[in-house]
Amino acid sequence: MTAIADPKAPRTRSNGPGRRATRTNAEAAAWMFMRVSGITLVVLLAVHLTSNLIVPEQGVRSLDFAFVAGKWSSFGWQLWDLAILWLAMIHGGNGLRTIINDYAHNNVVRLWCKVLVAVAFGAVVLLGTLVIFTFDPCPAINGVVRPGSPSFCFAH
Amino acid sequence: MSAPPQVGPAKAPVGTLYRGRAGMWAWVMHRITGFLIFLFLLVHVLDTAMVRVSPETYNAAISTYANWVMGFVEAGLVVAIVLHAANGLRIVAVGFWSKGTKFQHQLLLAGVALAVVLVLPFLVVHMSHIFGSDPESDPTPPITITSSPIPGGN
Repeated sequence: MTAIADPKAPRTRSNGPGRRATRTNAEAAAWMFMRVSGITLVVLLAVHLTSNLIVPEQGVRSLDFAFVAGKWSSFGWQLWDLAILWLAMIHGGNGLRTIINDYAHNNVVRLWCKVLVAVAFGAVVLLGTLVIFTFDPCPAINGVVRPGSPSFCFAH
Repeated sequence: MSAPPQVGPAKAPVGTLYRGRAGMWAWVMHRITGFLIFLFLLVHVLDTAMVRVSPETYNAAISTYANWVMGFVEAGLVVAIVLHAANGLRIVAVGFWSKGTKFQHQLLLAGVALAVVLVLPFLVVHMSHIFGSDPESDPTPPITITSSPIPGGN
């Protein structure tokens, strides 16, 4: 026995066989998140698509400011759309990360692809969250409600 | 390790391209639809953010979706979401259900069947919206609301 271990010796596995010396496993958490958020998004989007594209009489042609304002004047719909925004962006962002890891072999290209996704993620999640929670269903200029607002804004 | 026994006549090597069965194409479909849905999500948050600018700006943005070209894009989006969702549920079943791997191909077929059953009625309804006559807004396209000269004027 020498005092110093052979530098070429195989790495000792102090945490037991087959275990790395890390305490968390981010990839396993991401794997589980994709499944849980995926199932949740199926429900969230089934309602979202039905209420926005099928329930209105003219479907997508019925959508206007008054329609969105009517929905977002209710806290429940705000939460619903906020959940879609966050879950879909994290789910999609992590999916893109997987695709980038698979196809961008060059280290620099891979890093910049991820930076691009991260910037788009941050900007869109921040923008969407601010829009949902700072939204005014009855926008007014000098106390006069603007045209195009939902009918309940004009009832005094 | 020994090579698996040769079944049938020997074939010429066909290169290294992996050619899987339906499951591989489901995997390819999942990546493509996931990427496209993510791109749409970025656009969709931006167009919805126009509600924070003014009713006129939002109506101008959302009225582009009433165009028949965007009607087909929207239909494609819904098809992509339904396929991605059906295959995603299959992935969950294969991962968590004890018989999931055994029935993975049946799950795939069930997913495709479910997607067809959901998508066909949707396309009928959606296309009738896009190409149907709208007594309220047909003579004046929705975009003309932006010409309202006085904010707050009725």
